Amino acid sequence: MKLSVKKLLAGAALGLGLAAGANVQAADPLKVGFVYVGPVGDHGWSYQHDQGRLAVEKHFGDKVETTFVESVPEGADAERVIRNLAKAGNKLIFTTSFGYMNPTLKVAKTFKNVKFEHATGYKKSKNMGNYLSKTFEGRYVAGFVAAKMTKSNKIGYIASFPIPEVIRDINTVQLALNKYNPEAELKIIWVNSWFDPGKEADAANAMMDQGVDVILQHTDSPAAMQAAERRGKFAVGQASDMSSFGPNAHLMSVVDDWAELYIRKTQEVMDGTWKPEDYFGGMAEKDIIVPAFTNMPEAVAKEAQQIVDDITSGKLFPFTGPIKNQAGELKVKAGEKLPMGDLLGMNWYVEGVKGSIPK
Amino acid sequence: MFLKLQPRGEASKRMSYLSPLLAGILTLVTGGIFFIFLGHDPFHALGVFLISPVSDLYGFAELCVKAAPIMLCAVGLALAFKAQVWNIGAEGQLLMGGLLASAVALQLIEAEGFWVLPVVLLSGALGGALWGLLAAWLRNRFNANEILTTIMFNYIALYLLLYFVHGALKDPDGYGFPESAVFSDSATLPILLEDTRLHIGILFAMFAVVASWVFISRSFVGFQIQVLGLDSNAAKLSGFKHKRLVLLVMLISGALAGIAGAGEVTGPIGQLIPSISPGYGYAAIIVAFLGRLHPVGIFFASLLMALIYMGGELAQIELNMPLAVTSLFQGMLLFYLLACDVLINFKIKLNKSQVAGAEQNTVGNA
Repeated sequence: MKLSVKKLLAGAALGLGLAAGANVQAADPLKVGFVYVGPVGDHGWSYQHDQGRLAVEKHFGDKVETTFVESVPEGADAERVIRNLAKAGNKLIFTTSFGYMNPTLKVAKTFKNVKFEHATGYKKSKNMGNYLSKTFEGRYVAGFVAAKMTKSNKIGYIASFPIPEVIRDINTVQLALNKYNPEAELKIIWVNSWFDPGKEADAANAMMDQGVDVILQHTDSPAAMQAAERRGKFAVGQASDMSSFGPNAHLMSVVDDWAELYIRKTQEVMDGTWKPEDYFGGMAEKDIIVPAFTNMPEAVAKEAQQIVDDITSGKLFPFTGPIKNQAGELKVKAGEKLPMGDLLGMNWYVEGVKGSIPK
Repeated sequence: MFLKLQPRGEASKRMSYLSPLLAGILTLVTGGIFFIFLGHDPFHALGVFLISPVSDLYGFAELCVKAAPIMLCAVGLALAFKAQVWNIGAEGQLLMGGLLASAVALQLIEAEGFWVLPVVLLSGALGGALWGLLAAWLRNRFNANEILTTIMFNYIALYLLLYFVHGALKDPDGYGFPESAVFSDSATLPILLEDTRLHIGILFAMFAVVASWVFISRSFVGFQIQVLGLDSNAAKLSGFKHKRLVLLVMLISGALAGIAGAGEVTGPIGQLIPSISPGYGYAAIIVAFLGRLHPVGIFFASLLMALIYMGGELAQIELNMPLAVTSLFQGMLLFYLLACDVLINFKIKLNKSQVAGAEQNTVGNA
């Protein structure tokens, strides 16, 4: 009964809209879909994307209607979910994990009037763009902070998978160490997962047993932050602001903020100006933010903020030469910048990183 | 208690058919009430959940795409379970099948011809079969509990797959991302219906259903498996070769799971990726029991399972319901099925003595 009343009202509203004439088009909300690899409550990667979705809703109000599907496996199911979102009338669809790349491309071929945006991949078509954030910019700041805050000169790094994005960020941290504290050693543990609180905590504890006193991570759960808090060490948060998980351990968080990008893309689709692009946004675009520096001396926080400002203004680019690889060969000449293509496909370590990339 | 359960003495044929139906109805009713509490029109919500996934040809095709691997695994598992061999390792056998099939498909990426696909699929079957045989051998040789070994083999298989997808089988032109190259057309399963993803894997699954039915009910080996499951001592006394039967059921169920894995990488996915199965091997355990270890039952149970998965996706898209609703629905269905199975061996009776006692009391008071 309640529903039929609702329908009646909706019908009446529609009638009014028709009467108003010109407003009909504007009243039709743009439907925007999101596909997440994890649950929205993971407090990391998917959570941040959902924050972006909510920002779109807040910004556009009635003009948009958003839908998300969570915990979509990166296998055969992804294509059906993306396709069903397109069939349900979504005109802009964000697929937010690497494994959705080929499925997104396949669906994009069928639904030519729908725009697709795929995160962290490299493929592009007429109606599919890709986007990625320059996490390495935040990681450089984290490297600086770690270099200054370590007493044991042992810094831990919890790595997920040996893909270019992760290797790039390890390199950035090492570059910061080379510059600000060449004595410091980076210890890397691969956990082969993006989100596995148990393994992440194990890795953090194993490293602290070896004398590590600052932990960085490229995985999504706050487990390492909590472990550092328990043992009185320091840690840097990833993807979302993790300060609440380690009131005394938290130094800073490298936060992915998708709000600006998602609002811009939605606006572009509304205006009909959307174009596929390889988007790689960082601090300048407000895609990477460092909300606060905590638990460190004023001077360190100030210098860290200066680095953030310099990266934002473009004065500082972490991959500026001279940069050598592990074998000591010069890869980037003094004063030159590593080209974007090399950054995106990075598969070598810079000088100073111990060990080799797992195969 | 006014109601009590009375043993029937003999399993009721009628109830064994009626109980799944009853469970289905109870699930629908409870689900409907649940949707009302979530603020949805129950009929509309149930429609989105159970009917709209298959409301067009594409949806129907997707149902088969999703059901095929579950069906293949479950048919194999049922065979093993019938012989009291508790193979929990269909997931690992599926992954090994997918891995070996991918390795061969990538070796043959330049090759053309009708023979490529059979070779790739057979490698998948081989991969799964060997993985299953390993557990069977451990049981026969060392008396190792296959429940434990097959579970552990699942993890080993997963890590082996990850090792190769991050290493030797990684696409050299893939910017270092953990994915293989896309397989050639010759190594990809043909599509049955244009503009859908319906591939011939569903035919393999249906063939497996029929073949295992014939095998178990018409062949002597099938008879031996049944006897072994019902009474292993009787089987021993009859001179059936126990160890050989264990090897056989693990071989078959492993091979079927392996084909399921090969079908995923050469079918809807088209390449080797780190996550080729969202837990089909585990879902198949539920499906095997849901289908009462009978091929026809498994056929319908896997379609139902696939439907619930797809309904969960659509409920998120169209009703903005959380993913947890899917799990809740599955759990409810299983609960009711098991609960209703009680009716096969028991009947519900009014507890006469208490009713009579209550009457007497009233009389006494008067």
